[in-house]
Amino acid sequence: MSEVLVLVEHVDGEVKKATFELLSAARRLGEPAAVVVGAVGTASKVKDALARYGATKVYVAESDDAVNYLVTPKVDALATLAGRVSPAAVLISASLEGKEVAGRVAVRIDSGLLVDVVDVERSGDDVVGTQSIFGGGFVVKSKVSTGTPVITVRPGAVEAEAAEAVATEETVELPAVDPARATRITSREPAVAGDRPELTEASVVVSGGRGVGSAENFAVVERLADALGGAVGASRAAVDSGYYPHQFQVGQTGKTVSPQLYIALGISGAIQHRAGMQTAKTIVAVNKDAEAPIFEIADFGVVGDLFQVAPQLTEEVTKRRG
Amino acid sequence: MNIVVLVKLVPDTYSERKLSDTDHTLDRDSADAVLDEINERAVEEALQLKEAHGGEVTALCVGPDRAVDAVRKALQMGADKAVHVSDAALHGSDVITTAKVLAKAVGTIDGVDLVIAGNEASDGRAGAVPAILAELLGLPQLTHANKVTVEGDTITVERATDDGVLHLQATLPALVSVSEKINEPRYPSFKGIMAAKKKPITTLTVADLGLDPAGVGLSGAWTAVLEAAPKPPRTAGERVEDNGDGGTKIAEYLVGQKLI
Ligand SMILES: Cc1cc2nc3c(=O)[nH]c(=O)nc-3n(C[C@H](O)[C@H](O)[C@H](O)COP(=O)(O)OP(=O)(O)OC[C@H]3O[C@@H](n4cnc5c(N)ncnc54)[C@H](O)[C@@H]3O)c2cc1C
Ligand SMILES: Cc1cc2nc3c(=O)[nH]c(=O)nc-3n(C[C@H](O)[C@H](O)[C@H](O)COP(=O)(O)OP(=O)(O)OC[C@H]3O[C@@H](n4cnc5c(N)ncnc54)[C@H](O)[C@@H]3O)c2cc1C
Repeated sequence: MSEVLVLVEHVDGEVKKATFELLSAARRLGEPAAVVVGAVGTASKVKDALARYGATKVYVAESDDAVNYLVTPKVDALATLAGRVSPAAVLISASLEGKEVAGRVAVRIDSGLLVDVVDVERSGDDVVGTQSIFGGGFVVKSKVSTGTPVITVRPGAVEAEAAEAVATEETVELPAVDPARATRITSREPAVAGDRPELTEASVVVSGGRGVGSAENFAVVERLADALGGAVGASRAAVDSGYYPHQFQVGQTGKTVSPQLYIALGISGAIQHRAGMQTAKTIVAVNKDAEAPIFEIADFGVVGDLFQVAPQLTEEVTKRRG
Repeated sequence: MNIVVLVKLVPDTYSERKLSDTDHTLDRDSADAVLDEINERAVEEALQLKEAHGGEVTALCVGPDRAVDAVRKALQMGADKAVHVSDAALHGSDVITTAKVLAKAVGTIDGVDLVIAGNEASDGRAGAVPAILAELLGLPQLTHANKVTVEGDTITVERATDDGVLHLQATLPALVSVSEKINEPRYPSFKGIMAAKKKPITTLTVADLGLDPAGVGLSGAWTAVLEAAPKPPRTAGERVEDNGDGGTKIAEYLVGQKLI
């Protein structure tokens, strides 16, 4: 069976959940081979976790350059391996960086690129990806017709399923960096991970809009999210007004989320907001305007003041979870 | 500093976006078309850099004839000239082809120090064209920029992603993509709109770029759409007025749905 290369996303020796999802998807297409690009010593920290999700091989590309240059070391590692092992596919997370790495790998190995798939399967000799486009308005099935399929997979779309394997290690030499063509990372300010689940991974998302009124008032949204064990999101109006940081924006120019439950508080439901959340399983909305378009897609809506309704709901949830 | 700014005409997200029934490409006629919002910010950033460092701004667009509107908007905002690659053969091009055509077109412009793009187009959302272009042109990529500074031939950028902020540095010539948060784009002034009418727009075909028309567009694409179907729209569910028990009502609903 051919190998399927999976680019590993890791922070401080921890593998991101999206990588386990990729390994699970890779098992449907061939033998998952994880590719670790990072500082010296990274692979030994992440190898066991990768094997737990079915990686039978771990390719190790470790050097100082791998950490100090943007994107290109990952492209170099994947392109080198693609030439060496002729994989059935290359799977990369559809994160901002993942999309860039994938694009460059595809063009370097003369192969087609499938962007942001929500599912991937084998069909005869083809690898077929499913895409959910225009904010979930269309479902499209596509395949790569030239070269090795290079595919980015939307985080949270494929379920991560553990499958114990034994992984062998193999070193990959990275080519020297050409400084005229590469971008150096001179310093990093890592995002502080909070106690809440990541927005794109959470099974419950509670979002606040302009109706929340201020940064302080967002505590109302946060308390409900915490009671439900969920993540906090925000509309662009709330972000632009400075109520909540940009990385929590849901919508066309923010995150796309597909949680089991999405609760919209004081959000009108503009088409660009809907584009980021309308694939949620269940949508609940609270808005004081009975005409707000969010009610057109809400499974359950309450016409009322969010400052009355949300705290009461938080209390009810806390009571029931007791 | 000579800057090329990549501008794309996209369906207005306020109107309904569809795929064509025949070949599954974007149905560009069914929706109003606008210069992609993120590209207005790319143009703005190019103009600010020109104002600080001198030079010239060229707007570059690959797209059907009506995409000249995107180019014109950039000229109205203050770009000096434009290149528009328009060719029926391009219909249905995939990401890789689009980037290859853009790379060739950048090559027709002399002495380019900086290429500026948006980080993601609102229709295709590949978020990959700038990176692929950097690969093809052999330029350092400083993408998802929140802030751009140029001093001499050194360019520094603040890149903001979920993982935090990265401070990036490279040597010109280079390629930048800008994020939604980088600036507030200016509106074209009346003077700008009048001046734009006299600014040169070079229109090129695929053959002008030395590319084979059979190698681009739907026939040349390295990806193929097998099937496409609209998803049935969501419908409104139950809606109640809050009579002091709205929160409790939601809780009961969630219990009924086994969500709590
Ligand atoms: C190119 C483009 C991209 C965009 N991308 C995004 C995106 O990614 N995400 C996004 O969200 N938007 C995006 N937008 C913006 C979008 O069009 C809307 O402007 C935005 O979603 C509105 O946010 P809102 O619903 O919070 O604010 P508003 O539309 O102002 O709605 C506020 C709502 O709160 C209600 N309200 C007020 N007070 C209360 C109260 N006390 N209790 C209950 N309800 C109350 C009001 O009735 C109102 O319905 C984009 C726009 C463009 C043009
Ligand atoms: C819904 C949908 C899904 C698609 N999925 C795929 C897929 O999986 N694989 C695939 O190969 N193709 C796909 N395509 C085709 C692809 O989107 C187009 O080839 C498109 O022209 C380039 O990608 P983008 O607009 O997504 O670019 P992005 O990489 O998102 O654009 C970033 C920036 O690049 C610049 N730019 C991009 N295109 C142009 C242009 N034509 N002229 C000037 N500047 C430009 C702009 O500055 C823009 O802000 C898809 C198209 C659609 C509509």
